[in-house]
Amino acid sequence: MTVRLRRGAWDRFRRDRIGMAALAVLLLIVAVSAAAPLLADRVLHADPDRFVRTESGRIATLQPPGPSYLLGTDDLGRDVLTRLLFAGRISLLIGFGVALVSLACGAPLGLLAAYFGGRVDDAINAAVQVVLNVPLLFVLIVLSIFLTPNPVQLAVIFGFFFWPSTARQVRGVALSVRRRDYVEAARALGASHRRIVFRHVAPNVLSVMLVVAGIDMAGAILAESSLSFLGFGVPVPLSSWGNMLGLSQDLFRSAPWLVYPPGLMIFVTVLCIFLVTDALRDAVDPMTH
Amino acid sequence: MTRFVVRRLAQSALLLVVILAGVFFLVHLTPGGPEAALVANPRVGADEVQRLRERFGLDQPLLAQYLHWVANAVRLDFGRSYFYARPATEVILERLGPTVQLGLMSYLVALLGVPLGIVAALQRGRATDAAIRLLSTLGSAVPTWWLGLSAIVLLSSVTGWFPNGQGKGSLGEWAKYIILPASILGLSGLVSFTRFVRSGVLDTLSEDYVRTARAKGLNTPNVILRHVLKNALLPVVTLLGSLLPAVISGALITEYVFAWPGVGLLFYEAASSRDYPVLLAVLTMTTFATILGTLLADVGYGLVDPRVRYA
Repeated sequence: MTVRLRRGAWDRFRRDRIGMAALAVLLLIVAVSAAAPLLADRVLHADPDRFVRTESGRIATLQPPGPSYLLGTDDLGRDVLTRLLFAGRISLLIGFGVALVSLACGAPLGLLAAYFGGRVDDAINAAVQVVLNVPLLFVLIVLSIFLTPNPVQLAVIFGFFFWPSTARQVRGVALSVRRRDYVEAARALGASHRRIVFRHVAPNVLSVMLVVAGIDMAGAILAESSLSFLGFGVPVPLSSWGNMLGLSQDLFRSAPWLVYPPGLMIFVTVLCIFLVTDALRDAVDPMTH
Repeated sequence: MTRFVVRRLAQSALLLVVILAGVFFLVHLTPGGPEAALVANPRVGADEVQRLRERFGLDQPLLAQYLHWVANAVRLDFGRSYFYARPATEVILERLGPTVQLGLMSYLVALLGVPLGIVAALQRGRATDAAIRLLSTLGSAVPTWWLGLSAIVLLSSVTGWFPNGQGKGSLGEWAKYIILPASILGLSGLVSFTRFVRSGVLDTLSEDYVRTARAKGLNTPNVILRHVLKNALLPVVTLLGSLLPAVISGALITEYVFAWPGVGLLFYEAASSRDYPVLLAVLTMTTFATILGTLLADVGYGLVDPRVRYA
């Protein structure tokens, strides 16, 4: 039953042309970012943390885009394209990490709240309210001043602020699934709590979790880029799309080419995640149409 | 309704206390807290550090510091800024005006989403609807501050003028400087309003009473004005409240991009110079505003939709 359902979802997803195109672009971005060290070494012949030299042997600071540096160089003479590829690794890593942390915390809490209700539900809801009412960007800045986190720690910190919406979504779906006829029927037939949760509730919640993971990932990439842009997120010399833009702000008069590529990468990546998530939602739940 | 409002008020007060306590202890307990800001300066000697610790109350037990801070904070006294050597409240009040101007203007921009949403819903499935939906998808995926940055770069390279800071003097000058940051800050709200209004109008269009009104022979403009819009637009009020947290966070980064001399930029400066009293004061203010926004949205929703009150 569940297998047929899922195959149906994939068939519906495959017919969604925008969703498929977005998925292809997203996979391309992931693949290129994953292959960044290889590409930098073999194709671009540049190191993300070290300056390149011009043909006359001088350090190539603030070179505009051209045949030798496709996207130009920054104020320390580092190749922008190489740094952009490595930045993708960091930004995507944080996106995946946050989605993972958010699901790992939010999904069980959401299921618990839905299943037990009453006091458990109230307690979890109180925690959700507290986290949702924190002025996020401000507190993230304070946290990163004190903790100077590396990207993995950043993902955990972000995840802590992202789980409440996951918990809410999962709780909502679990509640509505619990009241569906086939769950009632299973219960009437004497199925155990465990069987109901794992055979009937979980598969439905799983598909929602995928959608929530997508939204979390997009939100995390945007939030990370904002924080890093302000100079408080991913620490230099590591590059992220956000901190590359932070650097560009000081230099845009002499080097306007630094402003566009990282922003475009954030935009395209987040857009593709949104489109894939949308297509996924439609494919998983055809009722919404 | 009164019971609902009182209950929500009490919850909000509790939230404020819990979050502010969390923020206070976070700032004071983590390594590199206010102490480190004093010790970090190599020109400040050991006895001088001791004197400063006493002056700022950092030599007392943490709980005492906290109670002291709360007692003063309720009187809006957040201590003296390390950096400006003036009361933190005074520093913030000076910066509040520009932020409020920017915030209000960005709300105006966001409200443009209402007509857009109505048009999209009424033209459902046609080219106009598709275009508006496409733009709102693009608008939600783009980091708006990057749009601002790109706009500055393009504008300054084409015209030689770049919008930086706040326009002084005439109204025209003021408008010239505020229009770009306000548009950037209002963009995400514009997208939310468009989506919210579009789906609200579509939902209302399929209600029974709309069909009845049509069946009774009322002409379309009349049905839309009197039955659809009146009911679809009421919930928009709630969005004004729930947008507030996003506007406040957005103000921080927008003010940074445009060097707009508001509270957001002040927070950035305070964070960079480890000016703890100002940092905590702005955090208190933004936490208050965030909770207030949620509260307004909830109460507004309770007013519009009576079912919520008993949830």
